[in-house]
Amino acid sequence: MSPALSHEEIFAGRIAADERIEPKDWMPEGYRRNLIRQISQHAHSEVIGMQPEGAWITRAPSLKRKTVLLAKVQDEGGHGLYLYSAAETLGTSREEMIQALQSGRAKYASIFNYPCMSWGDVGAIGWLVDGAAIVNQISLQQTSYGPYARAMVRICKEESFHQRQGYDIMLNLCRGSGEQIAMAQDALDRWWWPSLMMFGPHDAESAHSSRSMAWKIKRQSNDELRQKFVDQTVPQAEFLGLRIPDPKLQWNEERGHYDFGEIDWEEFARVVAGDGPCNAERIDHHVRAHEDGAWVRKAMLAYEERHR
Amino acid sequence: MSANQPSGQQMPRHHMPLFEVFVRSKRGLDHTHVGSVHAEDAEQALEYARDVYTRRSEGISVWVVRSSDIVASQESDQHCFFDPNDDKPYRHAAFYQLPDEVDNM
Repeated sequence: MSPALSHEEIFAGRIAADERIEPKDWMPEGYRRNLIRQISQHAHSEVIGMQPEGAWITRAPSLKRKTVLLAKVQDEGGHGLYLYSAAETLGTSREEMIQALQSGRAKYASIFNYPCMSWGDVGAIGWLVDGAAIVNQISLQQTSYGPYARAMVRICKEESFHQRQGYDIMLNLCRGSGEQIAMAQDALDRWWWPSLMMFGPHDAESAHSSRSMAWKIKRQSNDELRQKFVDQTVPQAEFLGLRIPDPKLQWNEERGHYDFGEIDWEEFARVVAGDGPCNAERIDHHVRAHEDGAWVRKAMLAYEERHR
Repeated sequence: MSANQPSGQQMPRHHMPLFEVFVRSKRGLDHTHVGSVHAEDAEQALEYARDVYTRRSEGISVWVVRSSDIVASQESDQHCFFDPNDDKPYRHAAFYQLPDEVDNM
């Protein structure tokens, strides 16, 4: 690269050549801000996502399911940490990010604002919610920011077990009694649409999408990823013998994809705005856990002081 | 050799500190440990590392860190340090045997 190029030109050249941007590179302020927003919200989603399943650890139906669920929830916490540290390479701090989450300035995946009411829901979360997250995260392995891309590689490697254990729960329920099959169907009925909402608004309406695509932070659009998820999930539901709650769902031979109905965007907007079934509960729980842990942080600081 | 050699030349009293060297071969990849160099300070270590480890375009970025600043686990303690891993096969995707029709998940 010739030394006559400006910072902006070098940056644009790297993006155009599909090269990764690394922490010490010059980057436009908007790129940095956009990444801090996206990575921190991704981290918050992992951490808040521990709650709906975490509440089932004590109620898992067997010791095997309990240990599996414990391992999965522990992974989500770990994934949150990978992502917080990736965000910190951009010059933000853990305290700032937590503050933004707890004050409601930062969002997290709104699917976690739905209640996890039955053991079937635990299966559906692993199968659908982790399934949707994997579709998104596989795409993000190609994101333009190096530390984020590398965190995605690590996370995807670990995440496959999450989806498989969820499907395994569904499979067991669907091979069980009438009551168990009904429980599985009920879970699919309630989690299907929120799972499709995880991919965000339509491309045309997505506030951050076009810039993120231009900067190659996002590599595939919301609608593309949503279609991919539907295409891979429908046969999985058929194999379980469950019915997807969408009368418009059908295979489109011409497109080579499933057609599906419209998401209830009013519900989506409501839950994102904070008025979902569990928004307040999730943040209250996070604040409480954070405050309950204050004495640990204090003890660590005291220890550090003494050994300085 | 020691400082009181008769040659008249002042030899260093101490070894220069050791620095571990990490090289990023390509944008998007992690820095990987490649070896170490002795150097009088961090700036010099960076230049020596460049000369020693990247003479054939092996890297586009080098990190050096004082070896004494690296805290490492002991391999002899490996068994108990990593012990909790051994009995948790359910952390691996292959633990969940799914029918062929849906096994691509």
